[in-house]
Amino acid sequence: MTATDAAGPGTRGPAGRGRAGLLDLRPAPAAATRARMFAAQTRLELILTLRRGESVLLTMIIPVGLLAFFTAVDVLPSDTEKSVDFLVPGVLALAVMSTAFTGQAIATGFERSYGVLKRLGATPLPRSILLAGKTAAVLAVEVIQLVLLVAVGFALGWDPSGGAGAVPSVLALLVLGTAAFSGLGLLMAGTLRAEATLAAANGVYLLLLLIGGVVFPLSKLPGWLRAIAEVLPTAALSDGLRDVLADGSGPGVRNLVVLAVWAVVTLGLAARTFRWE
Amino acid sequence: MAEILAVSVNGLVKTYSARSIPSRSGTARGEGSRGPGRRGRRSSAAPALRPAPFAEVSTTPATLAASAGRAASPDGRIRAVDGLSLGVPVGSVTALLGPNGAGKTTTVEICEGFRRADAGEVRILGRDPIVDAVALRPRVGVMLQAGGMYPGARAGEMLRLVAAHHRHPLDPAALLDRLGLTDSAGTPFRRLSGGQQQRLSLAMAVVGRPELVFLDEPTAGLDVAGRRTTWELIEELRTAGVTVVLTTHAMDEAERLADQVIIINRGRVVAVGSPAELTRGGAEGQLRFRAPTGLELGKLLLALPDGTTAHEGPTGHYLVQGTVDPQLLAAVTAWCAGNGVLAEDLRVEQRTLEDVFVELTGSELGS
Repeated sequence: MTATDAAGPGTRGPAGRGRAGLLDLRPAPAAATRARMFAAQTRLELILTLRRGESVLLTMIIPVGLLAFFTAVDVLPSDTEKSVDFLVPGVLALAVMSTAFTGQAIATGFERSYGVLKRLGATPLPRSILLAGKTAAVLAVEVIQLVLLVAVGFALGWDPSGGAGAVPSVLALLVLGTAAFSGLGLLMAGTLRAEATLAAANGVYLLLLLIGGVVFPLSKLPGWLRAIAEVLPTAALSDGLRDVLADGSGPGVRNLVVLAVWAVVTLGLAARTFRWE
Repeated sequence: MAEILAVSVNGLVKTYSARSIPSRSGTARGEGSRGPGRRGRRSSAAPALRPAPFAEVSTTPATLAASAGRAASPDGRIRAVDGLSLGVPVGSVTALLGPNGAGKTTTVEICEGFRRADAGEVRILGRDPIVDAVALRPRVGVMLQAGGMYPGARAGEMLRLVAAHHRHPLDPAALLDRLGLTDSAGTPFRRLSGGQQQRLSLAMAVVGRPELVFLDEPTAGLDVAGRRTTWELIEELRTAGVTVVLTTHAMDEAERLADQVIIINRGRVVAVGSPAELTRGGAEGQLRFRAPTGLELGKLLLALPDGTTAHEGPTGHYLVQGTVDPQLLAAVTAWCAGNGVLAEDLRVEQRTLEDVFVELTGSELGS
């Protein structure tokens, strides 16, 4: 079947309908290339994310606000380092969490309940490309966050250690963190009702903000809470980023292992339990 | 033409547990406008086909299945589709007609690959809707009953997204224009009216230029203009060689659009045929008139073809039943003239698809 001869039967139908009469409805079924589907899916996911006011608040305004506020107020007792040097890695971890986990979980949960995922399942779009598009959109938002937070950080006098050599470690941490948080978010979105996902994703966000080493050092937490916090992905990510950017050391094997385990377990569970309707 | 089936369903069975009856997404949607009701007009005909009590039809899914008389098996499961078989010829428009809860959507969703049948065989373009889903998806267009859009996406964005999943899509702008949605292209889906959402959903089903489209209640909730636009597009799809399967409970829609009407009730097919075939069977029509009481109808019947009946209902009201054609009409009026009787209020009443439906299902559609 081909799509040629568009000028022929396309003119059928009642006369005087103007250019809308030129639709050629004859069958010409074929899937688009995977690259085209991926590009279209990523583009729309990104546009929708940036269009949602609450998502911009969550992913951009709150992290930047926390960074600026706690730098200016300086309520955080830190021994030797400037508070901005302590805060930037933590807020970067928060930014990753807000995009890959909170934002993605809420959006995907509602897409599921509105039947978007079901409907798209009836088009030639493979589910793998649907998910790849979501991931690409998450990564794109994270790039924007990173640029924004680094710029604000520098404006506030941030002085990172490690130089260019720190970049691979930072990227490894961010990618692992994104995988772990995406897995957690999709696990929630694929199993809970949209309203429950909304509540749980916000609750977990707040909890991990408080005990994830974002604005308070883990050392300020009571011992038992600290033991729990250290195996959570937020603390592992903020701690790892801080090791690299504030202390100039490596990301820490334990942090990488914690993130990798979260990524494997949550993505595996999400893949098994995700309900598309 | 050799019989080539775009859709072939044999002995389909689908049961749901009483809890898991699929709900209609977007329950707030209004029921479509319908033609003037003709209920009751046929009541005196009392065809043998009519099942005894009228099923009560309510609007919540749980009671729907129950009130439609679906037998729950001993383990509490309800047979939504119960040994259903049907065939859809390539290039035809087929309407699945049935009351709420008859099993239309379940049947269509099994054909679309969204649900798995408990038993029976389904072939879509010769293939299995679940096993061969990847091969079928480009070839089959789907219009869901409701929903299926990113709530924040604009109408044009949504249609362009689906167009981008296909290699030779229709021009989204031209399609929006055809469906009267050009002015709404920039409106987020959640702010479109119900009718606009329906038309956008239709556009998404056809934008990829499929061979076969499933339209689940394509005109529910549409105004008169929206219905006409949708009907015209469906007629053009047929002209272009696309096979169309639609569900509806609007009689006039099935009567106007369908080459084949399949009446479904309680999960089974109760009648199949073209609208003409379905309305031709049984008592074909009737003639009513008023005249002085006590006419000798036995003599009238001598002037009429065999198989025609005539009787006086309420005093002075006469009913002639049979094949109502010009000859019958002429014979009746000639007999009246010959007897010096003035027949008043002479009315010919054709059997409509709705009459057939009521006889077969005992339900008023959508009421």
